[in-house]
Amino acid sequence: MESAPNRYRSFTVLVLVIFAQLVLLAVQVKNDQNVSVIRSWTVTAVSPVARVLEWGRHSSVGFIRNYVLLRDANDANRRLQSEVDRLKVENVFLKNELNLADRAKALEAFAARVPSRTLAATVFASAAGSDSNAVLVDRGSVSGVERGMGVVTPDGIVGKVLRVYAMSSMVGLIDDQDFAAGVVTQNPQVRGVLKGQGKPMCKVDYVPFEDKIAAGDLLFTSGEDHIFPRGFPVGVVTSVRNGQPFKEIWAEPSGLRRGVPEDVLIILEGVHQDVPEAPPSNQTVYINPSPPAAGQPEEGAPPAAVGTEADRVRAQAQAISESQGHPFGGTDGKIPDFNANHPLPPAAPAPQPGAEAPPPVSSSTRRANQAAGASSGGKQDR
Amino acid sequence: MSYSSGRILLSSQREGQVSRFRTWVMLVVPLAAILFQVYIPLFFQFLKFLEMPLLVVVYFALMRRSQIGGLLTGALVGLAQDSLSKDPLGLHGIVNTLVGYFAASVGVRLDVDHGVIRFLLALFFYMFHQLLCWMIEQALPLGHQPAFKIDEWVVFGLLNAVVAVALFHFLDKLRESA
Repeated sequence: MESAPNRYRSFTVLVLVIFAQLVLLAVQVKNDQNVSVIRSWTVTAVSPVARVLEWGRHSSVGFIRNYVLLRDANDANRRLQSEVDRLKVENVFLKNELNLADRAKALEAFAARVPSRTLAATVFASAAGSDSNAVLVDRGSVSGVERGMGVVTPDGIVGKVLRVYAMSSMVGLIDDQDFAAGVVTQNPQVRGVLKGQGKPMCKVDYVPFEDKIAAGDLLFTSGEDHIFPRGFPVGVVTSVRNGQPFKEIWAEPSGLRRGVPEDVLIILEGVHQDVPEAPPSNQTVYINPSPPAAGQPEEGAPPAAVGTEADRVRAQAQAISESQGHPFGGTDGKIPDFNANHPLPPAAPAPQPGAEAPPPVSSSTRRANQAAGASSGGKQDR
Repeated sequence: MSYSSGRILLSSQREGQVSRFRTWVMLVVPLAAILFQVYIPLFFQFLKFLEMPLLVVVYFALMRRSQIGGLLTGALVGLAQDSLSKDPLGLHGIVNTLVGYFAASVGVRLDVDHGVIRFLLALFFYMFHQLLCWMIEQALPLGHQPAFKIDEWVVFGLLNAVVAVALFHFLDKLRESA
């Protein structure tokens, strides 16, 4: 039997000769981009083939990898799943650690800011009973906790100490039915009594119908209940209805807005504060920058003021005298104008934690301090 | 002129007589045709329409009745034409190759000694040659657009066909008798 090339010999020769001349033609002719036609033809002819070959290779490799070589996939899947589980647990643990550190830092900053002497405590259990809104904290009489002390967080008041044990205390939460605290709004200062209702919202009683209070008003402790010092945030008014003789007011306690806190401050000795005029902004925790290298003083840091109040007043008088050209303590017969507006020298630093606690501040002492322009630093026992 | 009378179509390939030519004829005649095309129009511009190389290719392909011989003759003549022209090598080579192949294919089936057949075949292959040239020039980026002048092709085709009849008759004298 005659083979195809021999059978179509003349046609084969024709094709070869035509092809050879086409190549010859293509070598000489160049297109618009000055590329020889044979190069252009070759690329045009090869590209689709190469693309098809690449597609075939890719598909084959993909098929083999995805469908054929699945021997270890199950083991790998199980291994990766366990790895994911382990990482999830680790992630939760690290988040908790971070959260704990943040909370501790916020609590510490808050305790340093408030003038009252406080004691940090951790909630470790909730009291038994489904209808009791109380928790147990890890501070008791050994730490100086007494029944009736207020419990607060930076967000607001949380409750008060109901029972005290040696190493722990039971704290009745703000939403407990037995809880009550005196509250006051910002401006005008409308007074009332906040009562727990056994549910998330609290009621504010004894607000006369003629007093101006509206939803959105912020509530602060009034200090009249002898539990909480004046000026701690309590919550926000959510609804107000007119009634006789008192308004029906509901408020959301801010101390429990994020649930029962894990860390709280027990107020050992309360110091009243002013109710802020403006709504408190979302306060961020200030983190001090790293200390400078050893032996290198921090630039721009003022010298630390030391001494008593008398020293501070003396320094102020000296500064005023010198600014008016009078030698301090001199006898030139002229008296400096001490009523001139002159910046006060920096106050003495707040006492560090662990230092001896100042005595409880009575209202008379507080007024005296305010008159003297003194600022008292907070103290936290831990 | 002794044209074969009677049938135009051959009933079988064996009926057709294969003409043989001496080697020098196969060399000199195409060469003379190419020289004629490049040299004569210098003096006689009106003879520029004559496609003598094409007619020679057609004649040898028809008479030898060999497709391979026809296409090789066409390729060589065409390449020689391209070498003497400004066109890229292969343009006329491809066209003459195809002309030679198809002419040989037709020569197997037709009585190519018939004058009318020769006239018609010469006209047809001239048109075929012009059309192929136009297509290839159109396809290649040669920098100019070839004109599709069908009326001119017809006129020149007729003139070339007339010349072809006379030329083929002359070339018949050069073939070897079987």
